[in-house]
Amino acid sequence: MSEALTAKTVTIAGYGGDEIEAYLAVPDDGSSARGSVVVIHHMPGYDSSTKEITRKFAARGYAALMPNLYYRDAPGASPDDAAAAARAKGGVPDDRLVGDVAGAADYLRSLPGANGKVGVIGYCSGGRQSFLAACSLQLDAAVDCYGACIVNAPPEGMPLKVTPIVGLSKDLSCPLLGLFGADDKYPTPAETEELSRVLDELGKPHDFHTYEGAGHAFFSVDRPAYRPEAAIDGWQRIWDFYGQYLAG
Amino acid sequence: MCTYQTEQISVEGSGKGATGWFALSEATVYFDHPVHAMAEHTLNIDFRNPGRGPAARVAVELTAESARELAKAIEAALAAAPTALTA
Repeated sequence: MSEALTAKTVTIAGYGGDEIEAYLAVPDDGSSARGSVVVIHHMPGYDSSTKEITRKFAARGYAALMPNLYYRDAPGASPDDAAAAARAKGGVPDDRLVGDVAGAADYLRSLPGANGKVGVIGYCSGGRQSFLAACSLQLDAAVDCYGACIVNAPPEGMPLKVTPIVGLSKDLSCPLLGLFGADDKYPTPAETEELSRVLDELGKPHDFHTYEGAGHAFFSVDRPAYRPEAAIDGWQRIWDFYGQYLAG
Repeated sequence: MCTYQTEQISVEGSGKGATGWFALSEATVYFDHPVHAMAEHTLNIDFRNPGRGPAARVAVELTAESARELAKAIEAALAAAPTALTA
């Protein structure tokens, strides 16, 4: 694998046909049967670290696209200013998220060399949104990295407009890989165990891993929360999972 | 962890951001992941004026200890001023 790729900013049609910014990374491998991944950024926004993750998928042979979920709140703003603006407005509405992921998935399916299979992955708030997208859209594989508020309601008094979505589990359209930290409080291991129990009852294929010694954001290489052992094992599980469900 | 919790208040005053001084209209206060500070969690304050765009923002990220010291210092400074000026 050469890991050669091309990355650039593109405009895609998101929720309601809105034109939004997105970051695209595509392998330069000439493949004619390539899987695709929609990357959902974490709460701090459409930032360099998540663009790096998007490129990582392209280096592994996947076309990857990350929509800027805060674009409408702050077009052209720096990622941290946009994240602050989005937080003050209560976060990303669920229906808008689903529409933006749908637009990103359609864009990826239309690219030359696409095999039609699309996965989704999200971090932090994006973990919940990855699950939401997989329960709302026809996708081929979903990864939830420490997403909270799927089973439990958010803390009282918070202005973010998110509600538990475990009730959508019956509509989960694809296998789900969950990667969590044992020391995390949002979500707690109890919350992810409850989600696993619900999915078991419904016969929905899923594979959850909770890493000891890791908390929230253990994939973030530029933060003190980074836990190399958990992150390296987690990445290997992602490659195996997408290799199984998105390849060829 | 992401705490998600956010306090939001209206404020009157001014702040100096990347492009100079501007009038402030609100502040959001939350204990969550920082963008820049080398700590897992910090007390973050965004002094903002959304009417002037998302870049009209003065941001600070303080460790919990620093934030508590700041809160005490603000109270002490207000207490030390003549009541007639701070009422």
